[in-house]
Amino acid sequence: MKVFSQLKKNLKQDFSLLKQIKVALLGDTATQFLNQALRGTGYDYGFDLQIWEADFNQIERQVFDTASELYAFNPDIVIIFRSAHKLVTTHSKLNPAQYVTLANTELDLIESLVNTLNAQLKAQVIYFNYSEIDDGVFGSYANKTEASFLFQLRKLNFELMTLAAKMSGLYICDLSSIQNRVGKTVMFQPSIYINSEMVLSIDALPEIAARNLDIIAAINGKFKKCLVLDLDNTLWGGIIGDDGIEKIQLGTLGIGKAFTEFQYWIKKLKNRGIILAVCSKNTEAIAKEPFENHPDMVLHLDDIAVFVANWENKVDNIRYIQQVLNIGFDSMVFLDDNPFERNIVREGIPELTVPELPEDPAEYLEYLYSLNLFETVSFSEADAARTAQYQNQAKMLQVQQTFNNEDDFLKSLDMKSLVEPFNKFNTPRVSQLSQRSNQFNLRTVRYTEQDIEAILNDENYFTFAFTLEDKFGDNGLICMIILKKDAQETLFIDTWLMSCRVLKRGMEAFVLNTIVDFARSNGYGWLKGEYLPTAKNEMVKDHYQNLGFQQKAGYWLLDVNGYQHKTCFIIPK
Amino acid sequence: MEKQDILKTVNAVFIDTLDNEDIVLSYDTTANDVEDWDSLNHIQLVVAIEKQFKIRFTSHEIQSWKNVGEMIDCIQTKV
Repeated sequence: MKVFSQLKKNLKQDFSLLKQIKVALLGDTATQFLNQALRGTGYDYGFDLQIWEADFNQIERQVFDTASELYAFNPDIVIIFRSAHKLVTTHSKLNPAQYVTLANTELDLIESLVNTLNAQLKAQVIYFNYSEIDDGVFGSYANKTEASFLFQLRKLNFELMTLAAKMSGLYICDLSSIQNRVGKTVMFQPSIYINSEMVLSIDALPEIAARNLDIIAAINGKFKKCLVLDLDNTLWGGIIGDDGIEKIQLGTLGIGKAFTEFQYWIKKLKNRGIILAVCSKNTEAIAKEPFENHPDMVLHLDDIAVFVANWENKVDNIRYIQQVLNIGFDSMVFLDDNPFERNIVREGIPELTVPELPEDPAEYLEYLYSLNLFETVSFSEADAARTAQYQNQAKMLQVQQTFNNEDDFLKSLDMKSLVEPFNKFNTPRVSQLSQRSNQFNLRTVRYTEQDIEAILNDENYFTFAFTLEDKFGDNGLICMIILKKDAQETLFIDTWLMSCRVLKRGMEAFVLNTIVDFARSNGYGWLKGEYLPTAKNEMVKDHYQNLGFQQKAGYWLLDVNGYQHKTCFIIPK
Repeated sequence: MEKQDILKTVNAVFIDTLDNEDIVLSYDTTANDVEDWDSLNHIQLVVAIEKQFKIRFTSHEIQSWKNVGEMIDCIQTKV
């Protein structure tokens, strides 16, 4: 990780080609260095953070006064940093009888800050939790004493998680966790605090800035979706081809515990929705044997969406995995114990993330924890089913090859789609899909759950969520449409996006048939579409043209009344 | 450590921290003489010097120096 002075040098770079994001930074201590660290780190993440920094200790005034500079700035992200050091002072000034109320009073204030921001702005709020300070007033007995500062601070940190779980526009930057890892002496330098009102040490700033950028990147659709794994000396100790299944180190054999615990962690990632793939230089049958027969393997073949074991080079194999999954290289992570393979892959596919795994497998986990590779801003139960969906996708590709005629193939799939407006059950998935979809996405507008809720309550909007199931399984919610009343007779297609898992299935025709029917029965004469190009959505450049829309003044128009239903083999459910 | 050597090292820290190759410090140099040596960058310089010499200044020392010479005297008592 870069040090602060290197980040500061980034400030002189050319930001003009980077995506601009407006960030408001409010703190109750001096935040100038944090500001510089955020902008400098943003450069390395590909963002031009336009940061407006509030004057020192102005949080309440800026937020509660709706005529303030904060609202005039109209940020995309609001970062609020209220420090544990100021919290100590607040606690110290209380009447002792009030000590026990500190956490709840603070929580009420925080909730009210976030509610006010959410009501006034279309911004996401990042709130720093509190780095621990044990003031020693009660010794260890503080853990048994509700009035102690430590008790109130920990209660506050815990309740902040509960608050964030219920408020969709609130994310926590886990300062406490960072301090746990780097240590308090790295995190905080008292002499600097006394001289400058700065509580975050210069050494800790790059780490803290990176955690904020991880959240900001995830909000903007940049996050990891897939983990590609080597096998020998990565998932187990030893070489399966040489040592054989009884001698590879797993479980209690040799340093097997390190690999077993590593696999448990990977399994949790898979259960969270990270797609797992294997890329190994091995004979396939031999590579698969531990997955099928080793009693201490935690990962099994059904955890792996794409399994590639052969003697070809890894760059080509990872390219193949990327094609099957149809996701960007920048959303993939490759883990391999061999520095030589890592370098070849890094050179061949620069967009890929290739962590520099430590030499000792015992260090793998702590090292990977520290990288925070798998930031996300959503989690839904559907995530856990993702592996099975990609496996079905791979199976389907095989079946497709046995049909000569595309229509016969599509008919054979028995496809059904459930069409529903957005509702409180599908909102998390809808929001997530808007953040994840980059390729089949006409305007690439990202929606948070909170945005979706606002749309549900706005009578100018009409929403459609589509699922798709076929004989291989249920793909879940894979397409969303947001229509907005544009003029008297016209519906504007604010959002049309689709998961790339269901390309070439006739879904586009089914969707258009559905929204044309809706437009007709509600008295609209025109559908109006727009394509906004990004680095990733060239796939849909001719989408509206292909569907019969006519170009006019930068938009695409479709005469609803002259429209003939398109043939497709998907049946409404 | 000789004062002259400390000055040389401190000069290099200033050049790196303020990202300015042209800085030439003497014992009489004050913050007014160096572009960008403001109270904020002073903090960054202090931390960089501490790291370079593996020392810690006290809170009082950090705000006590009137010029580079006094800073170097202070460093000399610690190395």
